[in-house]
Amino acid sequence: MSVLDKQAIVARPGYSRWLIPPAALAVHLSIGQVYAFSVFKNSLVASFDTSLTAIGWVFSIAIVMLGLSAAVLGTWVERSGPRKAMLASAICWGTGFVVGSAGIATGQLWLLYLGYGVIGGIGLGIGYISPVSTLIKWFPDRPGLATGMAIMGFGGGALIASPLSNRLMSLYDPDFVATEPGAVASGTALAQTFLTLGVIYTLFMLIGAALVRVPPGHGDDSTAEHSPGTNGALVRASSAIRTRQFWLLWVVLFCNVTAGIGILEQAAPMIQDFFREDGSSAITAAAAGGFVGVLSLANMSGRFVWSSLSDRIGRKPTYVMYLGVGLVFYLLLALFGSASPVIFVALAAVIISFYGGGFATVPAYLKDLFGTLEVGAIHGRLLTAWAAAGVAGPLIVNGILDSVGEPGNLVAADYRPALLTMVGVLAVGFVANLLIKPVSDTHFDHDAHAANEERVADRQEATR
Amino acid sequence: MSTADETPTSPLLITLAWLLVGVPLAYGLWQTLVRASALVNG
Repeated sequence: MSVLDKQAIVARPGYSRWLIPPAALAVHLSIGQVYAFSVFKNSLVASFDTSLTAIGWVFSIAIVMLGLSAAVLGTWVERSGPRKAMLASAICWGTGFVVGSAGIATGQLWLLYLGYGVIGGIGLGIGYISPVSTLIKWFPDRPGLATGMAIMGFGGGALIASPLSNRLMSLYDPDFVATEPGAVASGTALAQTFLTLGVIYTLFMLIGAALVRVPPGHGDDSTAEHSPGTNGALVRASSAIRTRQFWLLWVVLFCNVTAGIGILEQAAPMIQDFFREDGSSAITAAAAGGFVGVLSLANMSGRFVWSSLSDRIGRKPTYVMYLGVGLVFYLLLALFGSASPVIFVALAAVIISFYGGGFATVPAYLKDLFGTLEVGAIHGRLLTAWAAAGVAGPLIVNGILDSVGEPGNLVAADYRPALLTMVGVLAVGFVANLLIKPVSDTHFDHDAHAANEERVADRQEATR
Repeated sequence: MSTADETPTSPLLITLAWLLVGVPLAYGLWQTLVRASALVNG
């Protein structure tokens, strides 16, 4: 048995469950860097002498690989346990930066696609789901709080990576001043920054892998005591994807993410365009950057606050709020957002907090529907909705904006068709959420269910 | 309730683990708040 195996990381009696969230955060804070990739955009465009679109593909490939690897490797992550998965994620994420660094140093863009995009993207997918089912098992009483803490880290990772990357680029290229508009770091400085980040993140994630444990009795899934979902549901991943509930939740996540990305992707130019009169905007570039900061804070805090709230009010009502209130706020933004910057920022911040909350609450929703038997693997498959929304959201918004005007000349009214489309998207998600009912027992793993009942009875007998 | 063979995790280890993730997160939050303040001051 290796020290990486699930059986080797069963917590001894007395091991505090409060060491598991920091272990999970060490991974999520690291891989959350992906949301700060845009800090490299200008420098990469200059270094490779290419277009923004060509560099934009690096991020898109990483997000698509995140969804695909989480879906394909979810079952492996569930069976191998969190330590092996976190190690694999650390190796992929670190290697992605190293290969990307080599690509920048040699001027080979394909190496950046392969490194950061493909290899790093696989690290993202494995890392994202690696602590989720373990957290749910440690905190069966508060699954929303537990997964909210970890997935908050994914939002928080960008907050750290953005200033850290700028500092590193300034360190390696003294001529680079991040606050100057259009500033670009040299290719050498970029390559060194990538290398440094790769080392830092690998070490940080390895600490998480060293800290993580599975709860006592969870060294072997076949003999572990699982927390069933509603009506005693214990469903395997292969059966879950054949249920109506899984695909309804897929639609819910897809719609929530698509609508959120609609604002996030366009945030800085959007606030300037909303308050543009006679060709010039009342919002400066610095203030627009501040707006992006506010949205990052809303995104991160929503993951923790709303997901924790879902433990009290239930998962379905929480998504009624995300999609229903989100829909109304989107409508208000479209119709009255240009009335005042305060109204615009407040509405957008709440919408983005729901976007973050949607990510953080979904593992607990899955636990309620399918039980903890293979909740990590089911979560991995559900994240394909994220990958799809990552393509659909920007396509909808950019496609509509391109058809009504040119960047730099848009005004609030030009955004209305895109925002109203998102209201429709949220309405679809709202209905899908309402249609979610407990899973029928025809999908349960009856052998696992019977064995679990027996283990629960034995434990209750032993503690009597 | 702890049994005789249960050794509780050291509170120091728990504190260190939370500091390890809390300090970088606090740095990121602070930097973002400074950036967000430009919305009011910018």
